[in-house]
Amino acid sequence: MASNSTASATEAPVFYQTEEAHPPSSTMLGFWLYLMSDCLIFAALFATYGVLGRSYAAGPGPKELFDLPLVAVNTSMLLFSSITYGFAMLSMERGSKGGTLGWLAITGLFGVAFVGLELFEFTHLIMEGAGPQRSAFLSSFFTLVGTHGVHVTCGIIWLITLMVQVSRLGLTAANKRRLMCLSLFWHFLDVIWIGVFSFVYLMGVLG
Amino acid sequence: MFSNPDVLKFIFGKLSFDSLPFHEPILVATFIGVMIGGIVVLGGITYLGKWGYLWREWITSVDHKKIGIMYMILGVIMLLRGFADALMMRGQQAMAFGENHGYLPPHHYDQVFTAHGVIMIFFVAMPFVTGLMNFVVPLQIGARDVSFPFLNNFSFWMTVAGAITVMISLFIGEFARTGWLAYPPLSGIAYSPDVGVDYYIWSLQIAGIGTTLSGVNLIATIVKMRAQGMTLMKMPVFTWTALCTNVLIVATFPILTVTLALLTLDRYVGTNFFTTEFGGNAMLYVNLIWIWGHPEVYILILPIFGVYSEIVSTFCGKRLFGYTSMVYATVVITILSYIVWLHHFFTMGSGASVNSFFGITTMIISIPTGAKMFNWLFTMYKGRIRFETPMIWTVGFMLTFVIGGMTGVMLAVPPADFVLHNSLFLIAHFHNVIIGGVVFGVFAGINFWFPKAFGFKLDAFWGKCSFWFWLIGFYFAFMPLYVLGLMGVTRRVSHFDDPSLQIWFVVAAFGAVLIAAGIGCFVLQIFFSIKNREKLRDVTGDPWGGRTLEWSTSSPPPDYNFAFSPVVRDQDAWWDMKQNGYVRPLEGFKAIHMPKNTGTGAILGALSIAFGFGMIWHIWWLAAVMFLAMVVVGIGHTFNYNRDFHIPANEVIEAEGKRTRLLGNQA
Repeated sequence: MASNSTASATEAPVFYQTEEAHPPSSTMLGFWLYLMSDCLIFAALFATYGVLGRSYAAGPGPKELFDLPLVAVNTSMLLFSSITYGFAMLSMERGSKGGTLGWLAITGLFGVAFVGLELFEFTHLIMEGAGPQRSAFLSSFFTLVGTHGVHVTCGIIWLITLMVQVSRLGLTAANKRRLMCLSLFWHFLDVIWIGVFSFVYLMGVLG
Repeated sequence: MFSNPDVLKFIFGKLSFDSLPFHEPILVATFIGVMIGGIVVLGGITYLGKWGYLWREWITSVDHKKIGIMYMILGVIMLLRGFADALMMRGQQAMAFGENHGYLPPHHYDQVFTAHGVIMIFFVAMPFVTGLMNFVVPLQIGARDVSFPFLNNFSFWMTVAGAITVMISLFIGEFARTGWLAYPPLSGIAYSPDVGVDYYIWSLQIAGIGTTLSGVNLIATIVKMRAQGMTLMKMPVFTWTALCTNVLIVATFPILTVTLALLTLDRYVGTNFFTTEFGGNAMLYVNLIWIWGHPEVYILILPIFGVYSEIVSTFCGKRLFGYTSMVYATVVITILSYIVWLHHFFTMGSGASVNSFFGITTMIISIPTGAKMFNWLFTMYKGRIRFETPMIWTVGFMLTFVIGGMTGVMLAVPPADFVLHNSLFLIAHFHNVIIGGVVFGVFAGINFWFPKAFGFKLDAFWGKCSFWFWLIGFYFAFMPLYVLGLMGVTRRVSHFDDPSLQIWFVVAAFGAVLIAAGIGCFVLQIFFSIKNREKLRDVTGDPWGGRTLEWSTSSPPPDYNFAFSPVVRDQDAWWDMKQNGYVRPLEGFKAIHMPKNTGTGAILGALSIAFGFGMIWHIWWLAAVMFLAMVVVGIGHTFNYNRDFHIPANEVIEAEGKRTRLLGNQA
């Protein structure tokens, strides 16, 4: 070893490395930290919903508004997209560029379906007069669910960007790292959605 | 076509000729001054043909040292603006009694105190602290740059974009009249229909993105890029405090982002989060913003505690007393700072139990802080103390900060707080800890690390003048406010009826003038130091007899910081190297892998200013186009895979050889 920091008393102490040092890549840690900061954004929105979620202001509440079958379909879209992203990563591990791109495309389509259904639900609610301005409950509902939807939309744009980059340059180390980051992001949004589904929709209709 | 109001509204949004403050002579004069100054600076750069140099070497630089220096410059510039606001307030309050209504109408005065608070916290203290961390941390841990060099450049330019957005509000439209935290319902659209709060929101959102990302960056840097052998408990204390501060940044700035976003929705979309109708709850805003806001004050002070620790052990020639307790104290403060936020509004009326809980947690914070104070004292005890400029700032801090800490404990007692809430006592308290803590520490840090950044020391005479003016000015300016606060005078008032109070405000204004002299001396200190730089030159790279790794390299450090990555055996790594026969390597240099510069950060910053401007003035086409442009530029940047290069070995040999000759000449 060029640099032994626990040199014994007889040896002269070593104060520097003579070989070029390559610190380990920080990308995954950095991205994880970013995700945690994003997680706090959702935490604050959940807390806001927790405080304001029953302030109906004499307007409609969750029981009248939420259409559980629609939300169930929507949830399954997102959960499927997580599975297919997993398949994309497996293809990436095998080094199959075509497989990766194919599964990414399917993931993106599920994502688009999810966002589309969410937009349909939102339009429907607004048409019924239950828009975000109607009550604090609806303000916090639209903001929490909408913020998640915006994240999924960003994820789709990112996914398309990565598909272009992978098809151009192949599964290089840089591209694999990026796919890993998007993978974390995508699954993270799935976890957040499970929270939204349970606390907002299920508990809203049951509670 | 231009007579059609709909077309005009589409093109200009809420912006009109009336938005320009021609009716405010103070602003017109300031504007003319700024324009002349701006033309002189820009003309000077053009005349000297330095635009290319600035663009290549600074604006696009991903070097953590240059970015750190640019943060410090931003802090100094904004300090001048924020302090001008302070002088205006002190002047107004010293004269506005009885018949005399002073020179600032309430409408203007309210903007001044809001801008003062916002600027001093977000665009003075934060850039100073971030700048110090950026410059020092990679050097202290023996790294060549931060984990994400481009992100660092981008974070800086977003902070600048936020600062510029605040400055635009001075001349186009107006700033918020709500106080620095913009509590609703006052900051809601019903009571603040003008663009002031929008300037506030967008400048903070833009700068906040930069701050959060720079927090992520520095945590990753400290966790992943430490030199071989530097275990966590061998990290210099400043790096420890920087780590804790950046954890706090990542753990709290998202809350600020959400809080302001919800206020934005209330103002732009008509939601009802914080309104007084349709179920909105203004106290939710107050809670959320202080969940960010209280950790924020520790974000500012923790790294400054680190600065003092480095300075005390260096200038006492001793290993820091109680290193381990210092680290634990820092971590405990980090955690506790998250569970005290409610002490900012005991008067909300959440009941005795809640108030007791938050009162007690607040008082508990004084224990680790006290431990730190004793550690510094015991480091000084039997030390060979050298009263150089950084050290006298430190001693000034220790005396002043203890007073501020004790008044803080008074405020932590809920019954006392019911009397003192929103009074000038509170104002005196937080200025006591922020000036006596953060500002003194920033000046100590600038004096301490300036020779590392530029290769020559700062002038000691003007530094000491600056210190004494600041210290004495501080006591003159804020002790009267404690008295006034105990008498029940509330904050943010632009006119008083009781003439017996006036003398205290006059004394405070005198103090502010002394502080102005302190700032003036600081500017002169920089000026004379540059003028006499050959006399103040330090070629050793270790002018103070330093203890940590940043002093082991040349001043200014080469782009690559260390020709060979250091191996650390002790918490005072450089001291250990000096004591145990370290010989500077003279051969065997290799090419060094470094990140490439990029202009993307500056471009995104510029686009975000235009985007923010569009949002503030409801110029939707501008906001949409700029937002789209940011997305395109951001994605375009990811198509550049060619982001690094190698500094060839012969350039390293040349740079190191130059240093060898300098060191040889000196010996």
